[in-house]
Amino acid sequence: MKWQTKERLVELTVSSVGLISVVVLLFIAFFLFKEAFYIFFKAGVGKVIFGMSWYPTYDPPGFGMWPLIMGTVAVTVLTAIMAIPLGLGTAIYIAEVANHRVKEFLKPMIEMLASFPSVVLGFFGMVIIAPVLSNWLSPIISETLPDLLKDTNIPFISTNLAEFCYNKLFIASGLNITTAALMLTVRAIPVIASIAEDALTAVPRTYREASYSLGADKWETIWKVVVPAAVSGLSVAVILGIGTIIGETMIVLMVAGGAAVVPHWVFDAARPMPAAIAAEMAEAPYQSLHYYALFGVGAILFLMTFVLSLISDFISKKYRAVRIGGKV
Amino acid sequence: MIKDSEGINKPFALVRKKKINFKQGFFLSLMRIFGFTGAISLFVILVFIAYNGLEALSLDFITQPPAEAMTQGGIFPVIMGTVLLTIICMIFVIPIGVTTAIFLAEYSKPGTLLTMVMMSIYTLAGVPSVVFGLFGLGVFVVVFNFGMSLLAGSLTLAIMVLPYIISTSEEALKAVPFSFREASLACGATKWQTIRKVVLPTAMPGILTGAILGTAKVSGETAPIMFTAAAFFSPGIPRSLFEPVMALPYHIYVLATAGTHIEETRPIQYGTALILIILVLGMNLLGIILRSRQRKKRSW
Amino acid sequence: MVKHKNVFEINDFSIWYGDFMAVKNMKMNIEANRITAIIGPSGCGKSTILRALNRMNDLITTSRIEGAMLFHSIDIYDKNTDVIELRRRVGMVFQKPNPFPSSVYENVAYGPKLRGIRKKEQLDEIVEQALVKADLWKEVKEKLNDSGLSLSGGQMQRLCIARSLAQQPEVILFDEPTSALDPISTAHIENLLQELQKTVTIVIVTHNMQQAARISHYTAFMYLGELIEFGDTDTVFVNPYNKLTEEYITGRFG
Repeated sequence: MKWQTKERLVELTVSSVGLISVVVLLFIAFFLFKEAFYIFFKAGVGKVIFGMSWYPTYDPPGFGMWPLIMGTVAVTVLTAIMAIPLGLGTAIYIAEVANHRVKEFLKPMIEMLASFPSVVLGFFGMVIIAPVLSNWLSPIISETLPDLLKDTNIPFISTNLAEFCYNKLFIASGLNITTAALMLTVRAIPVIASIAEDALTAVPRTYREASYSLGADKWETIWKVVVPAAVSGLSVAVILGIGTIIGETMIVLMVAGGAAVVPHWVFDAARPMPAAIAAEMAEAPYQSLHYYALFGVGAILFLMTFVLSLISDFISKKYRAVRIGGKV
Repeated sequence: MIKDSEGINKPFALVRKKKINFKQGFFLSLMRIFGFTGAISLFVILVFIAYNGLEALSLDFITQPPAEAMTQGGIFPVIMGTVLLTIICMIFVIPIGVTTAIFLAEYSKPGTLLTMVMMSIYTLAGVPSVVFGLFGLGVFVVVFNFGMSLLAGSLTLAIMVLPYIISTSEEALKAVPFSFREASLACGATKWQTIRKVVLPTAMPGILTGAILGTAKVSGETAPIMFTAAAFFSPGIPRSLFEPVMALPYHIYVLATAGTHIEETRPIQYGTALILIILVLGMNLLGIILRSRQRKKRSW
Repeated sequence: MVKHKNVFEINDFSIWYGDFMAVKNMKMNIEANRITAIIGPSGCGKSTILRALNRMNDLITTSRIEGAMLFHSIDIYDKNTDVIELRRRVGMVFQKPNPFPSSVYENVAYGPKLRGIRKKEQLDEIVEQALVKADLWKEVKEKLNDSGLSLSGGQMQRLCIARSLAQQPEVILFDEPTSALDPISTAHIENLLQELQKTVTIVIVTHNMQQAARISHYTAFMYLGELIEFGDTDTVFVNPYNKLTEEYITGRFG
């Protein structure tokens, strides 16, 4: 065979293989929505998404996904409050403050944390954190503390505040959205930290020099020059961190409590969307309404992460050093 | 004209320095504390699992199958299951991933095709693992009729880890200096010959390191295999690709949440978790060490 | 009004990067309200000694100094010295213009804001004055909110000068400020320097001898870390007493 033909053939083959990713993604989207279509069609999109009763095993069954969606939202918000400062702080520390030896130690630590199996995080949350919360922390903040407050006899503190502690700070079960948020934070910190650290390191050295030469100190330079210059990369880090939290399954499955109701308080249980899918798929008979409903939940989950991907890709186009699936 | 509050010939204030240092000192210390939370969490969790899991560990644990409704015995088939799933997954994903990387690094031209491919990879990387599980269930288990099997599970895992393998391989290829390619072409080699004989071999250590890190990711995942491959109990190693298989992450999950002997099997849960951590972190550490060695050895 | 005296006294000053001695036992004075130029071939240590004047070489972890560097008779390398305050009084303009990726206004206001000036009227006035002094006001007064990076090369450099001027420094150090600019912008900045010199002491490092000859009052010639000759610019260029200086000036090496 002439070498030109062979070259052409190779190019064609390689390009076709390259298309596989596109095909796979489209196939996933297509399949999800095809199966989900049944439930949305049968019960009406609005009713399904905003319905308040998720009772798939009842007779007649309820397929209102709102409690599941709210479960995801609650857990994500709680986690974000902790994970975003910690993740960005870690990145700032590694990129700007830490000396060389600490960096060489900390960066691999963060990488290893990133690949830590989430089932073990869920297990840890279940057997260690949850009992600690309900057996150890709960008596302290819902009995000892209000008793102490009552003894002070200061108005408002000894009455309203003590009442609040007594009622609201009682942790009925350690399997709740707060415990889930704690373990999810461990999961999310490395994701946010590694992308954010890339973004900060990519800020040209000359900006820092200019800032120092004007008489700024280290923190002022970090906070007023480096961080603002890296803001698009930092946003991508946060968005991808949130995407990770939303999609995380095992932790919420084992730790968030399981009740498919809208959580109202930080110590309530909930069933975020991935947990619902994982927990119920085993029991849903093939091609039953329940089965399609779970695909519906999966479709919504896919949409959420798809939109987040689009947004972060759009932001990162303005900023070229962000990587895709990971780094060697 | 704005006046500076001090005159020009004033000696430098020492008091002023202390005030600035407080604010800077506070924030830098705060960053230091934040920075170590991750490492400390990792350490704490490791210590707890190791402490509780060590007592379950023994040679028998690793080599014997479970007995007495999982309350005794070992987890040999579970370990083998994870190993098999990982290996077969890699067999599927590495050829496709590396070829796609070659496409991106060597053959792609800016245009709609490239944008589509890159966007797809980027989006796939962000899809939750449970959605891959759903897809694997619906397509491999049901439509393709593989049933809950090693094959279905491996394929699902392969799709999940594909973006990662593509991106690490692409980086390895792009790290090969352009001058190597130039030199080869200048000797009269074709593009494909250059890739095969010069670029790929040079990039191979990086590609393999990416694959090792990929196996760490794959071994630890539960959701993709929960409804595509995992069995609670199978007597031995599967004899065909179409049989279900036990796996370490699933085993931990199931022992800890379902079943009738949750408390009694607790030591085994810890032991299994410890084995899984050793496997995953071990592969990870190996990948990290290999990568840093490669970087130091690079003469270009 | 500051009388003519020495702003900087460099006494037997040496700088090491690790084991490499970049500046050797330098002895020199910088006079107030004058332009002092430092010239010499690549690697002679001129940028190094310039950066020592505002302790910017502190940023390099392997750097080490010996000797005394006096600013108004105070050793700036003394451990009690407030390096932040030093840098507010001794500003710096770099070779490649490096405005922050924010608006023109924000670039110039950065320094004053560090000092705690918050009132908009005060900041507006400072920004305008600095831009006027840097001969940039007319060109940017309609676009103060545009990004600093949207200006031309020469304008960006004048923006960096304005940014330094907003701190009302006594001294501004220039590290090859025009080497990345076209001839017209270069001439513009050279004129600007001659204006600025009336109120600010200027130390300029340049690899362009003609530039030094054009604008400076004093010239220092360095070679391989040593100060070979220092004196009146006219003397150094027309009648240098060191043979090495003469060879450099006449282009026998460079």
